[in-house]
Amino acid sequence: MTKASDIVVKTKQIVKKHGGDKSSLIAVLQDIQEAFNYLPKQALTTAAKTMNMPLSRVYEAATFYTAFSLKPRGENVVRICKGTACHVRGASALQDKFERTLGIKPGEMTHDGKFSLETVNCVGACALGPIVVINTEYHGQMTMNKVDKLIGKINEEGAQR
Amino acid sequence: MKEIPNIQARQVQDDLRINYGPNKKFITICAGTGCRAYGSLKVKEALEAEIKKQNMNVEVLATGCFGFCEKGPMVVVHPHKYFYHQVKVEDVPEIVSKTVANGEVISRLLYRHPDTKKTLFREEDLPFYKKQLRVVFGSNGMIDPTRIEDYLAIDGYQALGKALSEMTPEGVISEVKKAGLRGRGGGGFPTGVKWEGVRRAHGEPKYVIANGDEGDPGAYMDRSLMEGNPHSVVEGMIIGAYAVGAQDGYIYVRNEYPLAVMHLTMAIAAAREAGILGKNILGTDFSFDIHIKKGAGAFVCGESSALFASIEGRAGEPRAKYVHAVEKGLWDKPTVLNNVETWANVPLIINRGADWYASIGTEKSKGTKIFSLVGKIKNTGLIEVPMGTTLYEIIYDMGGGITNDRKFKAVQTGGPSGGCIPESLLDLPVDFDKLREVGSMMGSGGMIVMDDRSCMVDVARYFLAFLQEESCGKCVPCREGIRRMSDILEDICAGKGKEGDIDLLENMSQAIIDGSLCALGGSAPNPVLSTIKYFRDEYDAHIKDHRCPAGVCKALITYSIDPEKCTGCGLCIKVCPTQATSGEKKKPHTIDNDKCIRCGACIESCKFDAINVE
Repeated sequence: MTKASDIVVKTKQIVKKHGGDKSSLIAVLQDIQEAFNYLPKQALTTAAKTMNMPLSRVYEAATFYTAFSLKPRGENVVRICKGTACHVRGASALQDKFERTLGIKPGEMTHDGKFSLETVNCVGACALGPIVVINTEYHGQMTMNKVDKLIGKINEEGAQR
Repeated sequence: MKEIPNIQARQVQDDLRINYGPNKKFITICAGTGCRAYGSLKVKEALEAEIKKQNMNVEVLATGCFGFCEKGPMVVVHPHKYFYHQVKVEDVPEIVSKTVANGEVISRLLYRHPDTKKTLFREEDLPFYKKQLRVVFGSNGMIDPTRIEDYLAIDGYQALGKALSEMTPEGVISEVKKAGLRGRGGGGFPTGVKWEGVRRAHGEPKYVIANGDEGDPGAYMDRSLMEGNPHSVVEGMIIGAYAVGAQDGYIYVRNEYPLAVMHLTMAIAAAREAGILGKNILGTDFSFDIHIKKGAGAFVCGESSALFASIEGRAGEPRAKYVHAVEKGLWDKPTVLNNVETWANVPLIINRGADWYASIGTEKSKGTKIFSLVGKIKNTGLIEVPMGTTLYEIIYDMGGGITNDRKFKAVQTGGPSGGCIPESLLDLPVDFDKLREVGSMMGSGGMIVMDDRSCMVDVARYFLAFLQEESCGKCVPCREGIRRMSDILEDICAGKGKEGDIDLLENMSQAIIDGSLCALGGSAPNPVLSTIKYFRDEYDAHIKDHRCPAGVCKALITYSIDPEKCTGCGLCIKVCPTQATSGEKKKPHTIDNDKCIRCGACIESCKFDAINVE
């Protein structure tokens, strides 16, 4: 867990990097999320203060865009593509399978903090559908039968960042 | 106006012509997101290592997407232009020692014509490519998108030079108008007319924006352009900025496209360095710069006013359309917003002239369009065809037909705002107006092919669930209306549909179309209306007979095992998460329907096609 004082320092650096202008809010939030894997409350209050805007404005953006998470996310983020091409090739069944294997629903994190499950509207790699992106790695032409093995492998060896 | 001192660029260009000349040995490998997922970067590394090992001096170019994503990773060995598909690291030593060293072809890696079984040597021989006209997308496979020199070598930035030295801004606008270019993002609005509006609009500064928020699920041509040929987008934008009198521009890119962001960032930096972007472009008194803004995962931000709000750092909520972006766009200033593909068309029009451009396509839709051909189709990928090409040609001649030769049911175009087109309309020539006439739309060019195992009610439910989640919530008809429609469709798919539901859906659709603030709501009912129009029998089967003819809707289907086909191998018992399948080894198994959750694991694992869905 990152210390609150570190979050404040890091957030101030991020705001400064983007020049502090209000129009950079989304870029600031993206960098905060990259630094901490989610948007810590402390970071949002710091950003609001440093950028001289009400906290409600920051929360508005943080909750509007689906890429942002207000809750800590797992070490590995599993994102299931729910684009139309993946949907007609069985993405829903695949999602059910991931939910059963990890024991969590989209938006949740496993107890050991190893995995988060998310869905994404389309990653634009439709030829490989159904597709699952784990951290930065694309796993194309996924089948239900591959899921347990893949998760098992990540549990043992870790995954590409 | 001063003479353009781009001699340096010309020199680079000449050097490159020699480097990649007709007799030069080099290798291109597709490094788009799709092929990367197949491991193309590992193949590239292996090629480079092997070339070094065999003491050769041959360059390996990681290019943008080739389009034929189904068969990646793809490698082309020049100068013979042998087209190898599904190349693995293990194939590399042979490619280098045979093809690169001696020009010997490896026939195992060549594509075979699916009907004649003849091996085909070059890209242009493949049925997938044969009928295409790749004027915008074709350069992708020829250049390394991270190097500006490569773009210059294919006559990049020539159009900009021409515009700045030989044409007035008004001249550029009239050329684009004459070409008949219409917006590729889906609206199909005449680009030249939009530019003219911004040029004439009062208020300074003016902005130009490239919309790279490719939100339509199933469409990825903009991603491939931004990744594979970022300079073509940048060049188009600079020309547009010159035409309308803008000094600043933005490219708004989806958060889900990290490689596109990277390549665009590199392209912008290189163009600045070369004096093509920034102050006094190419030595003239025209100055213009481009900034990148990343989206954060909101479909509605593809809508113009929502996109402006997002660039301004706010939540992406659209506003009413009586204020036009041309007059009051970004920061309430006159703004040109065009889609990525539209921008990439601009240099072509300036280079080759409006007459040439207007000679391609149909009466009211000029030029080519890139489509992403995905779903239940054999040759998945990106194709570029002249406007007016028929659906049949696209799906059967280029796409190779339906996966596993199943029966075609529908093709969905236009993303969540579009519709499903049935088999009876396969001869439809595809252009902006024809698609609208049949109740769908062009959208950004996604074509999702569906077979007899796709349920059209489920597809409508899918899109409405998508739109309900993506509705920004500002106006009531969209926020509440889509949710109610989505609930009704959920019920129908769950076997709880009622008599009159179809009428209710149609009535609500009209109210949502009439009352919504922006195009997201205004077109949201399209997937429902088009499926009711063409596939009403499927709705009836769900509501009246509690049956899903395609075997998709879980509540309305049961699984059973065909004792004739089942060999008793036990695989379905192994994979079943609820122990619903049982039976002795080597004897036909059975499924307990009380335990079965219809997850499909047994169907996926069965090698004998023994699981029936009814």
